[in-house]
Amino acid sequence: MAQAKTLYEKIWDAHVVDQRDDGTAIIFIDRHLVHEVTSPQAFEGLRMAGRKVRRPDLTLAVPDHNVPTTPRFDTAGKRVPIADPESRAQLEALERNAPAFGVPYIDATDARQGIVHVIGPEQGFTLPGCTMVCGDSHTAAHGALGALAFGIGTSEVEHVLATQTLQLKRSKSMEIRVEGDLPPSVSPKDLILHIIGQIGAAGGTGHVIEYRGKVFEQMSIEGRLTVANMSIEAGARAGLIAPDDATFAYLKGRPMAPKGADWDAAVAYWRTLKTDDGAAFDKSVVINAADIAPSVTWGTSPEDVVPITGSVPDPESFADASKRAAAQKSLDYMGLTAGTPLSEVPVEHIFIGSCTNSRIEDLRAAAAVLKGRHTASGIKSALVVPGSGLVKRQAEEEGLDRIFIEAGFEWREPGCSACLGMNPDKVPAGERCASTSNRNFVGRQGPGARTHLVSPAMAAAAAVTGRLSDVRTLT
Amino acid sequence: MQPIDRVEGKAFPFGRKNVDTDIIIPSRWLKTISREGLGAGAFESIRAEPGNVFDDPDYAGSPILIAGDNFGCGSSREHAAWALIDLGITAVIAPSFSDIFSSNAFKNGILTVVLPQEAVDRLMEVAKTDTIHIDLESQTVTTPFQDRFTFEIDPFRKTCLMQGLDEIGLTMGKADAISAYEAKLSADRPWMVPVAA
Repeated sequence: MAQAKTLYEKIWDAHVVDQRDDGTAIIFIDRHLVHEVTSPQAFEGLRMAGRKVRRPDLTLAVPDHNVPTTPRFDTAGKRVPIADPESRAQLEALERNAPAFGVPYIDATDARQGIVHVIGPEQGFTLPGCTMVCGDSHTAAHGALGALAFGIGTSEVEHVLATQTLQLKRSKSMEIRVEGDLPPSVSPKDLILHIIGQIGAAGGTGHVIEYRGKVFEQMSIEGRLTVANMSIEAGARAGLIAPDDATFAYLKGRPMAPKGADWDAAVAYWRTLKTDDGAAFDKSVVINAADIAPSVTWGTSPEDVVPITGSVPDPESFADASKRAAAQKSLDYMGLTAGTPLSEVPVEHIFIGSCTNSRIEDLRAAAAVLKGRHTASGIKSALVVPGSGLVKRQAEEEGLDRIFIEAGFEWREPGCSACLGMNPDKVPAGERCASTSNRNFVGRQGPGARTHLVSPAMAAAAAVTGRLSDVRTLT
Repeated sequence: MQPIDRVEGKAFPFGRKNVDTDIIIPSRWLKTISREGLGAGAFESIRAEPGNVFDDPDYAGSPILIAGDNFGCGSSREHAAWALIDLGITAVIAPSFSDIFSSNAFKNGILTVVLPQEAVDRLMEVAKTDTIHIDLESQTVTTPFQDRFTFEIDPFRKTCLMQGLDEIGLTMGKADAISAYEAKLSADRPWMVPVAA
């Protein structure tokens, strides 16, 4: 009998082009997503060396990080120029490089444009069992469909463009097994925040995580994308969820997914992509779903997670000396005092968006809380930034845009937006944002900005009350 | 890439843990289409703190940075490595590094030296007054006080760094193996090529 393998080992083994004795392998890359921020120097490198893109057919480029989320056409139907000269130069570089190297390109005015990690699955570009990379650490998201997907730096972007491969060493494997069911009003975002809080921001370093348990089998693809997306916040370059009938149903009929007889052959192959009984993981963590409440971060690392029913921790309560020092610095930056209940922390800004939480289900969850309600008087800005033009259109067909607008939100065009503030959407210094994004780092949403990571429903609850709030008290 | 066999000199005794790449280089500096000049934005939020090590004249021009656990976590931006190089930093010593950062550092000829926390604590002390010496060939970090710490490094990375090898060129030398893989892939899983958009 063949040796029992994990899902990760199966995908890895199917992509080895060349194996060296020192453990490094050349791994074939099936899918490469390219955006404007991490690619200009890679294309320049190709140009200087006189190299071509080996497989433009496996590559897809789209602008997302810099694009403004304000209307892209004026009332006369003319394209609105991008005001920031640096952003404009970077976007123009991608607009030039993609056709010059024969790479398929989705333009900022195309209805399909959006955040790379939203449009990959949406277009059926992401497939189970494929290896997928992008010069962006949240590429981990695509693991939700059973793709081995991870972020790379610009030198690696250039390497993949030139060779369609990467030189890699096999990672260790880590199982995160979630037992039981999530309590009502606890979302996939709360689950992944809780997991990161448990294992720490470096808990998965050197590992590829596989999320296992019935919670994930019952979870929608959108929810799985939220979970896998934040694997990197636990230090893991990639996170996997085994593909199943829900995955196949999600992909069937997507524009770039296989069709007809190819589809049947693909599904037959995808059904083999699961961890065998008896396969060994290097590390295993068990989480009890019943323990999880709607979660919120208090500090400047995604591991700084507490339930919304909790309080800001006392730095002295941490066993590790460096964590004590870090916690104090975090509290100073966040303007918080130990012992304050999180539900008493006022917020001025709300951001619903990012590759973590900008899909249709996320917008539905936030709209369900906002329906018939309005943002509190202390809220200075409330943004909804759909993950793609197609998400935006679907939300409008469902009337969600009206709910957001009537509740006092701004309904924007797709992009990365205030998740990292490369475009004009930023949180002012010293002000506080309840954000559905993935990073609460110092300065992430703008210099001096204070970020609390939450689920879409929790962001909506904070908008209504003007403070971090337990969504369960509103429904 | 320039060959590298040792890094020696003063070191920034920074020591912080979970230093993410947004701290190393904030997003507003990522709008460049070049690799140059990013030192100006490096550690911007830290440099706003009075008495920070990066603006302390005692450490100006140090080629080594000493940090805490999980250095370089977060975003995959290679700008973090470019910013360090622009500051003149060519080696970072820490108890652990994020996977993506250590790969980016390697591609840019920055040594990432993993040492236990006790060794890092000791080097933080030494750095306040004296120089630190990293030797790649013998995989050791030494001080003028007879401290000697050995570190592990992937043998392939070590060879590439010491010989200044171009990784893309190395892989392109395996073009036949890549072509053979592609031929087998088209035969076994022809549906893997995306339907044209």
